[in-house]
Amino acid sequence: MSIEAENSKAAQSEIRYLQPIQIESGNKKKYCRFKKSGIKFIDYKDPDFLLKFLNEQGKILPRRLTGTSLKYQRKVSQAVKRARHIALLPYVADNLK
Amino acid sequence: MNQYETVFILNPVLSDDQIRETVDKFTGYLESHGAKIINRENWGLRKLAYPIQKKKSGFYNFIEFTAPGEAIDHYEVELKRDERIMRFLTVSMDKHAVEYADKRRKKVKANA
Repeated sequence: MSIEAENSKAAQSEIRYLQPIQIESGNKKKYCRFKKSGIKFIDYKDPDFLLKFLNEQGKILPRRLTGTSLKYQRKVSQAVKRARHIALLPYVADNLK
Repeated sequence: MNQYETVFILNPVLSDDQIRETVDKFTGYLESHGAKIINRENWGLRKLAYPIQKKKSGFYNFIEFTAPGEAIDHYEVELKRDERIMRFLTVSMDKHAVEYADKRRKKVKANA
């Protein structure tokens, strides 16, 4: 088979789908869970809850990922830092989750 | 008078009596400086998230109290001087924290 023939075959066998592929469009609006459920105080003594705001290395997740409002993000970070001080959470970790 | 709470970690090699003695020492110290103890909790031996003084576990204790602000400095120095205490954290509580603490205390009491 010549190279030209092969090229034309490749052009013909372009993949076609019956339905458009489902791409996560990210339409789901993020929300601040503290505002929504009316939590006023974030407990530094509860490491299991704070784990929701950390990545696997134990770093605090940014607001743009968790959707937390600025007011509560500050409180989250304060609580996480307190929990780290009293060794309820690690400062550095490998696989926290 | 402000409301405060302290979490401190005691050396894991201590006996039960020594732990009680240490906690009594600090509650006594607070009371003699015009504080009022609201709640005392012993969380028991817990694994630490990272080693402190080369130890991987410690006895956690928790005290809630109201005290005049001037007493806190001396109290923290006292905590620092005690060799049995590996780590401590004293937090001044705002109104939301107080509200949460009241709720939490009731819950702990109900479970006990």
